[in-house]
Amino acid sequence: MAIMNMIEAINSGLDNMMERDENVVIMGEDAGYFGGVFRATAGLQEKYGKTRCFDTPISECGIIGAAVGMGAYGLRPVPEIQFADYIYPGMDQLISEAARLRYRSAGEFIAPMTVRSPFGGGIFGGQTHSQSPEAMFTHVSGLKTVIPSTPYDAKGLLIASIEDNDPVLFFEPKRIYNGPFTGYYDKPVEPWSKFDEAQVPDDYYRVELGKANIVRPGTEVTVLAYGTMVHVARAVVDEHDIDAEVIDLRTLVPLDIETIEESVKKTGRCLIVHEATRTSGFGAELSALVQERCFYHLEAPIERVTGFDTPYPHSLEWAYFPGPVRIGEALEKIVGDLKS
Amino acid sequence: MADDKKSNLPPLSLHVPEPKFRPGDEVDYSDIEIQKAGDQPRPDVGADPADMRDMAYDLIRVLDDDHKAVGPWDPKLDDDTLLKMLRTMAQVRAFDDRLHRQQRQGKTSFYMKCTGEEATSVAAAMALDAEDMCFPSYRQQGILFARGYPMVDMVNQIFSNKEDKLKGRQLPIMYSSTRLNFFTVSGNLTTQYPQAVGWAMASASKGDSRIAAVWCGEGSTAEGDFHAAMTFATVYNAPVIMNVINNQWAISSFSGFAGAERTTFAARGVGYGIASLRVDGNDPLAVYAATQWAAERARTNQGPTVIEHFTYRADAHSTSDDPSSYRSAQEREEWPLGDPIMRLKRHLIQRGVWSIEQQEEMDKECVDAVKVAVKEAAKNGILGHGLHQPFETMFEDVFEDMPWHLREQADQANREREIKWPDAEAPE
Repeated sequence: MAIMNMIEAINSGLDNMMERDENVVIMGEDAGYFGGVFRATAGLQEKYGKTRCFDTPISECGIIGAAVGMGAYGLRPVPEIQFADYIYPGMDQLISEAARLRYRSAGEFIAPMTVRSPFGGGIFGGQTHSQSPEAMFTHVSGLKTVIPSTPYDAKGLLIASIEDNDPVLFFEPKRIYNGPFTGYYDKPVEPWSKFDEAQVPDDYYRVELGKANIVRPGTEVTVLAYGTMVHVARAVVDEHDIDAEVIDLRTLVPLDIETIEESVKKTGRCLIVHEATRTSGFGAELSALVQERCFYHLEAPIERVTGFDTPYPHSLEWAYFPGPVRIGEALEKIVGDLKS
Repeated sequence: MADDKKSNLPPLSLHVPEPKFRPGDEVDYSDIEIQKAGDQPRPDVGADPADMRDMAYDLIRVLDDDHKAVGPWDPKLDDDTLLKMLRTMAQVRAFDDRLHRQQRQGKTSFYMKCTGEEATSVAAAMALDAEDMCFPSYRQQGILFARGYPMVDMVNQIFSNKEDKLKGRQLPIMYSSTRLNFFTVSGNLTTQYPQAVGWAMASASKGDSRIAAVWCGEGSTAEGDFHAAMTFATVYNAPVIMNVINNQWAISSFSGFAGAERTTFAARGVGYGIASLRVDGNDPLAVYAATQWAAERARTNQGPTVIEHFTYRADAHSTSDDPSSYRSAQEREEWPLGDPIMRLKRHLIQRGVWSIEQQEEMDKECVDAVKVAVKEAAKNGILGHGLHQPFETMFEDVFEDMPWHLREQADQANREREIKWPDAEAPE
């Protein structure tokens, strides 16, 4: 057991998998010698050699396309897309190829790849280093979408993703690489080392895909979140006198519908929080599912708190970010009748 | 807008390419430079791409006007190999003709012929090892014939019937065969290019001896994937053969819309520092020789090769278009490089090992073999209503394990079945 931040946990997971399975290969822009712009692959080239962890041309189409071919050969590639904002040139290879290979070949060819990519804002990254494009991938049949929120989960989910025989999008909330950001941009972030979730085994372990985590049990309202927003939502709940049940979805596809359903039927209220833009965001899917399955248990309309439907602005980042004010308002609104 | 231009400059004009011949036009190909067979130098397999750039603008040809095999590119194949090549190409053509008609008769939704281009897949596949991995586009059925895929399995796929190995999920002719190292065909263009390079990189990184070969049309060299693949291939010196089938037409768009007015497609490789060959795609011996050269180069760790196969799409793009509405019918007749089957036939006759009578007999055997395969496959059903597979198969293989939401949707499909087709026999 060691204390790790999220980057160190991801690095440890990659290390374990490269050690265990010689078919695991890592590639990406600056991912080789330098170890990645966020250092997630640091030391791996030195340890496993240049043919197992290497730099690539600046071509996301080429990276994903080559990974499809490597998977067809029998490798288990873990390509890194430097920022989720850069993934679009690789979309056709992901959507038309990786996602459908198993289906169209009736199982003859598969794409067992895990595409790692830092995503989300709050780091003054502007429009092209802040986006949360996860809903685009959940809309594609054949792709799995995984988003960890702690160092422990990041490692365990990454290992489960790499071992999965289907293509997985593994989005890393870069705002919480170093500590669980709570939405208060004007306060320093406490490092992961102060939290239990930073206790990470050095050795191999899995956190199964499709299993949500109830991070705070409660009775009055269910809060569905993932990634950075788990910590923001939890902090806001703690400040308000509301007994909310906060659920970290951990994987969007496959989704742990049982945990969601059970919770909302218990609380009768549901708040959905994500940083991504609102329209057609994953919150829309969650809202529809909750409505379809829990309608007769609902005591109040389902609420969504999201980013605005604009590009991620650089200087107005904290005006854009769905932080404590927006979440607090929604929480108060949804439990309003309880308090009156 | 025009008023805003600076008055002392001539107006700009936009060039929109236009093919030389449209329906009804007299065809004159005298401007196409046809190099003399046997005249092209054959660089050493390990040649530096910088020392062989001329090859990208030349045209490798082996069969001369007297049907003899001449020059340094003559692969000197034995009679049996040549006869096998001829029969395989003839079988492909017979299959294409009959399956095209099956579509016209309503037995399936779609078909694509490779008429006139048989050499670019059959001869190429014969120059590869059976273990080498092929990443075809949708017009390389010749590879499957060269590698012995059963015709009845092809027809089962085309009919999407209950014996279709792809469970009725794919458009006809989008085959897949791991057994024959034939990658699943995509309908999206040139996506297979970076995949083939990735496969080749994997083979190299594992110290394997297998190489990859990939095919695309000249039209889709315009896709970004093509250029991503070229970059990866040259950066990692990947053991891959990158074939561009320049058949002059991408549905109704002539090769000028992919840049053919300015340079050759083999020249695309020059800019990447990749060995690049341009070959007469209707000369099966030239195709074989170029592929053999590139395969040896790749297998000896000397990197990728681009091969442009200069050929002509003698028929429609698919069953969904009518070429007489966009190009001159004379083009096919006047094509200066002839027909690959005809040329190989004449070569074999010239060698004294073949005759017109034997060719006629073989053609008949090929037709009969297709008839048998079609008849056999039809017993398993034709496309028709399409209900040949258990509905559950629609939801299988989206993921390795079926998640809850697909399970729910599968239940829905099965419930609907009872309402929509109450009398339908349940597929086995």
